[in-house]
Amino acid sequence: MPAPRKFTKFREVQAEIDKNGAALFVDKEGVESLIIHSPYTIHYIHSYAEDSAFFLGLASGVLRGSKCSKASCGFVYGTPRGHCMVCGSPTTWIELPKEGRIHSWTTCHFGGEAFLKETPYNLAMVEFDGVGSLLLVRLKECTESEIYIGMPVEARFEPKPKYSITDIWFVPKPAAASEKPRRG
Amino acid sequence: MVAGGVTKFAKAHPAMDFRLMVKRAYDAALAEVPELTTDRIDGSRVSYFSDHFSRQLKAASMVQDYLGLNPKGSVRIEWGGATGGECFQAAFEAVASGRMDVCLAAGYETMSRVATWKGNEFIALASDTNFDFPLGGFYTGYYALMVQRHIYEYIRLRKFAHIKDERQAQRMAIAEGTRVMALVSVKNHVNALHNPYAQYPKQLSVQDALNSEMISYPLTREQICTMSDGAAVAILCDEERAKEFTDRPVEVIGVGTGTDTMRLSDRPFGKVPLMPREKASDYTHLPYPGIHSFRAGRSAGLEAYRMAGIEDPNEELDFIELHDAYSSSEIQTYEDLGLCKYGEGYEFTERGDPFLTQVKYPFPTPKAGAIPVNPSGGLIACGHPVGATGLMQAVFAHWQLQGTIAEHFHDPTLQIADAKLGAIHSHAGTGSAVTVSILKRGF
Ligand SMILES: [Zn+2]
Repeated sequence: MPAPRKFTKFREVQAEIDKNGAALFVDKEGVESLIIHSPYTIHYIHSYAEDSAFFLGLASGVLRGSKCSKASCGFVYGTPRGHCMVCGSPTTWIELPKEGRIHSWTTCHFGGEAFLKETPYNLAMVEFDGVGSLLLVRLKECTESEIYIGMPVEARFEPKPKYSITDIWFVPKPAAASEKPRRG
Repeated sequence: MVAGGVTKFAKAHPAMDFRLMVKRAYDAALAEVPELTTDRIDGSRVSYFSDHFSRQLKAASMVQDYLGLNPKGSVRIEWGGATGGECFQAAFEAVASGRMDVCLAAGYETMSRVATWKGNEFIALASDTNFDFPLGGFYTGYYALMVQRHIYEYIRLRKFAHIKDERQAQRMAIAEGTRVMALVSVKNHVNALHNPYAQYPKQLSVQDALNSEMISYPLTREQICTMSDGAAVAILCDEERAKEFTDRPVEVIGVGTGTDTMRLSDRPFGKVPLMPREKASDYTHLPYPGIHSFRAGRSAGLEAYRMAGIEDPNEELDFIELHDAYSSSEIQTYEDLGLCKYGEGYEFTERGDPFLTQVKYPFPTPKAGAIPVNPSGGLIACGHPVGATGLMQAVFAHWQLQGTIAEHFHDPTLQIADAKLGAIHSHAGTGSAVTVSILKRGF
């Protein structure tokens, strides 16, 4: 390895260590710090455990929530939970509607490093009729200027599932015939 | 609390690792109280948020070690963005329970050791990794979702209720909401011009804040705090020892904590836990907290006020240092902490209540000085090295209550005249945990 080159701008250090493995950063007081490239990757054996049926459902075009099994509670979850957070009883799987409304939304122009290449992307929290909690999803086929709270949306499923929450996304629901402007 | 110390928060401190940063803050604190030497400290509570940033597990042990505190008791505290606030309260509990006479609370974060967007990914690992993280790995996105609903509930449905076109009404509400959020961003950046520890002091204008780069609609870069390297410490002890160490101690008279669901999706639509001045009829049609407000902040505030005997925070508190990771969350927090009712946060900001009288802002602030919030500049202008942030607030509050801001900042501007009672507020991801501590001048 060659002797590390000196830098006075910290932002130049990363490119240097990625290329040459090491750099010397010199601060305003003249203090030199040796900085090295230190990569770290890991592949987890991640189990969806009690959430598994949700992700298996997405892969076959079914959106599942869960419902509290206690008759006097019966809370319905738009994002499934194995146990009810209201009363602690186990929940059972239910199928959710494939249509809902936007409860809130944003367009992300940045993201975690792994997601930067997908920007800009929209996030939406969807509310369903008769369901007590929300679902966070990607919203596609529309841009920032079109989206609004209350907008009707419907689900789309990934034909080649990756067993991820990104196997489902929502799109604006086409306006019903009666809502379209009449012609002539 | 008898002493505190902070390092300057910076984008990067490459010449200091976490041990040296904490040592610098610790030495600064000890220098304030010459009678208090390391042998008088009974143990520590050490806080940092993420193991990913330095890839050194059990780093808190290395802090304990570097400060020469072995073999005394110590434990690491981690609670997301509220890590520093929890560390402060953990040290308080160690002393209040009688387990220790003197306890050190020390916190740090070194976030410069990874690229900024990798850092964002690490922070987002503090959201549900099955359901939330894979959608973008981005906390700013979550806060944008929250403020969009806040603007909808309180501006769209109230101020623009008469506008029929839904999309147009919402756009008008967002323009109005973000304009008021920008006032908060300007306040914090301008206050920080008088704080030498701050990372981003700036003579910012409302237009600059609004026109800065869009990060996650409607949050622009200047409405968001940044990543930082930094450390802060607070030394707490019992009353007897406090009198021995200093003639300017600060009492901790109230602590409160609250929590909420990790996923925004699971937040309930229930009733508002009421502050003393509120009535159930104020919120007849408000589903609470939904995703517009931080129930954990309300819980923490209620608990801390009750313990401290505070009935009207707005009247009784002289200032608050609160967790403004976003200008939006500062406004949401005014409401959680009962400085105004839910829905009044924008009006409260525009009237100028949370501004300082002694600082000049580029717009009128008629009610400035009512209850100064983030006189130091807050997270937006001081930086947010997570594990240090809640302790930084404790240190700035300590100096306010001691009346020593001029001596510590080499500038008297930010000193709140005759400050007797202050609150500090620390907040974890999307409001999943919040701490509030009440500090009182003890002399
Ligand atoms: Zn139940």
